[in-house]
Amino acid sequence: MSWALPKEVEEKVDSLVGRYPQPRSAVVMVLHALQEHFGCISPEAIEWTARKLGLRPINVLELVTFYPMFRREPFGRFHLRICRTLSCALAGSHQLHRHICERLGLNPEKPGPQTSADGLFTVEFVECLASCGTAPVIMCNETQHEQMTIEQVDKLLDECRCKCRTERQGGLAAEHGFEP
Amino acid sequence: MKQSQQSNDPLASPPGMISVTVDGRTVLVPRTMPDWQGRQVPTTMLQACELAGVTVPHYCYHPKLPVAGNCRMCLVEYGVPALGPDRKPVRQPDGSLVIKKSPRPAIACATPVSPGMEIYTSTPTVKLMRQSVLEFLLINHPLDCPICDQAGECKLQEYSVEYGRASSRFAETKVHKNKQIDLGPRIMLDQERCILCSRCIRFTRDVVGDDALGIINRGSYSAIAAYPGTTFDNNYTLNTADICPVGALTSKDFRFQMRVWFLKETMSLCASCGTGCNIVIGSRENCIYRFTPRQNDAVNSCWMCDYGRLNYRWIERTDRLTRPGGSKLTSPDWEDAINGIAAALKKAVPGHIAIVASARLTNEELYLVRRLAQFLGAPTDCVPRSGPADNLLLCADRNPNTKGAQLLGIAASPPGVNLPVFARLIRNGTIRSLLVFGEDVTRHGITADDLARLDFLAASDIHTNGTTAVSHYFLPGCAHVEKRGSFTNVHGRIQRFEKAVDPPGLARPELHWLRELVCRVTGQSMGGTVESVFEAMRAEVPAFRNIAWADLGDHGVATHG
Ligand code: SF4
Ligand code: SF4
Ligand code: FES
Ligand code: FES
Repeated sequence: MSWALPKEVEEKVDSLVGRYPQPRSAVVMVLHALQEHFGCISPEAIEWTARKLGLRPINVLELVTFYPMFRREPFGRFHLRICRTLSCALAGSHQLHRHICERLGLNPEKPGPQTSADGLFTVEFVECLASCGTAPVIMCNETQHEQMTIEQVDKLLDECRCKCRTERQGGLAAEHGFEP
Repeated sequence: MKQSQQSNDPLASPPGMISVTVDGRTVLVPRTMPDWQGRQVPTTMLQACELAGVTVPHYCYHPKLPVAGNCRMCLVEYGVPALGPDRKPVRQPDGSLVIKKSPRPAIACATPVSPGMEIYTSTPTVKLMRQSVLEFLLINHPLDCPICDQAGECKLQEYSVEYGRASSRFAETKVHKNKQIDLGPRIMLDQERCILCSRCIRFTRDVVGDDALGIINRGSYSAIAAYPGTTFDNNYTLNTADICPVGALTSKDFRFQMRVWFLKETMSLCASCGTGCNIVIGSRENCIYRFTPRQNDAVNSCWMCDYGRLNYRWIERTDRLTRPGGSKLTSPDWEDAINGIAAALKKAVPGHIAIVASARLTNEELYLVRRLAQFLGAPTDCVPRSGPADNLLLCADRNPNTKGAQLLGIAASPPGVNLPVFARLIRNGTIRSLLVFGEDVTRHGITADDLARLDFLAASDIHTNGTTAVSHYFLPGCAHVEKRGSFTNVHGRIQRFEKAVDPPGLARPELHWLRELVCRVTGQSMGGTVESVFEAMRAEVPAFRNIAWADLGDHGVATHG
């Protein structure tokens, strides 16, 4: 159908598969490569991977649903990762998460990543981001924000919105991480 | 004294054996035992305990599946002989071994035994571990036993009663998963009841070779699933409902039909193909509710196919023959029918009579047909039936007793080759009388027009059919679930089955009226029970020589065929 894999991605997959004694051992690396290319792992990608590695699609689905780093839906323009491990939890990260969810119209009780209706933000809890001394910590795409407060979160969300508007107006490619 | 100590020394067992102590009782167990595929592998603690008569509760372990070791229900404590600095076992002054108790428990299903090992299955620690495992399993469990089909044969219920806590300490919100997932055409899944033992996954992957199921998601959200858009549909899916220790996988055919504790269980066989899988029939008030496989390692292991399992509804069809009849019978009376047939047969001339008998009849019944055929000088044959075979159990021969019919000389070689010959001989007037037991020959090359040429036609079957409809006498027979007897499977194994339900109306087991017919026609006498006919058969037919009815037991024996 319309799902197609560019030649260079397939070549990358082939080289990954070649690194392992058995094709099936490459499955996690192959999925990473596909996610990198497509932004998420679609059913077509799961089925293609299964065929490629001599597996059944359910075997691949088990992995994709097990590892939180694999996404099955495209993520928003801004990916907010809120640490919920001990230091951050004590410093109020759950309140921050709830606040963000409420501002973006998401359900704070729902497990797993959620994307806002406008497709701009994806919010999820993650485990320790290795910056416990400056808890609570939130990552926005690849940038780390430390000692976050409700006010700073509001500011961050506004800046993201603003950045996005500029990008659209200026026709800028939205390829790179947001730097406030 | 010294001598007896030596011979009791757990480290000096006979070759191939290991001495272990289970809860204080010392037993000798084989060093290796068959694994799920029958290969010899080191004996596990769980097997050793079983040999010592001690049950270790377990969920994920199944003797016919690869070991997964994921449920932790089988945790036990154990100790092994302590070794001194010289790597020699340390002994007490009286010569007995010093046992070093392991600080950690072990899963009995996956831990091999070693010489002198002591296994403790009822210590306070073991009891606490079982309680804790059950408590974890019940955290998100919906506790819907009152509406669950598994209730009454559920390991979660049974172990909770035996080893669990009286009440739950879990005050948080339970994770809810999906109920009533249509996993395939015959299986329903309730993800909330699943304890993730992976038996179903291993069965369909390793036994059937259809890797259709998996565990998706993580942690408390983990759930059994088939890949979206696919269905769990092979010919063995219903076995997963049997081995699922809880009510997560249920049979669509059986769910909500009957509480299992009301079912009467009858030892029987599947009659849908020549494999002869051993089964248990679950019935209540003369109505059959389910077939389930019964373990027989020489035939079907613990499994049966879905096709055979569900092939029972026809027994209750409304077009069953319920009384003797036919154009020459004025009233539906057995005595008149047998007398009428016997009188006609006495007049029949050898060479002008033939017999078609079904390979669905029992060995004993076919033996009676053989007696009749020998006396009448009648050629015989049966009707072959075939369908696609698979590589697990289902066999291409869809008759349960073709082999028996061959050993008894009823079936031609190959079965069915005589049928066109019979048709020709009827058309040219050679065959004047025909006896048909349990088949409709009009569907197998002998037309109703052919039958109309005969001087005499007697037939029996379970349902009305094209042959019974035009016969001078017809007799109502029984489904195998309505009678006792034995079948010989395609591999020559003779196995017996018992009666589960009564036949409808005046229908009687073929054995009863065939015996009357044989006695009436031949003037010989013979006992009327299955056992006595079997005795006569084994005295006469070499393939059954030296096999007594009692030898058949629950699992059958090989014939000499
Ligand atoms: S569905 Fe049943 S057999 Fe399968 S993993 Fe769950 S509890 Fe085990
Ligand atoms: S394999 Fe044959 S005997 Fe076994 S259950 Fe299926 S039909 Fe019945
Ligand atoms: S606990 Fe949040 S960064 Fe370590
Ligand atoms: S039975 Fe041993 S871990 Fe499940």
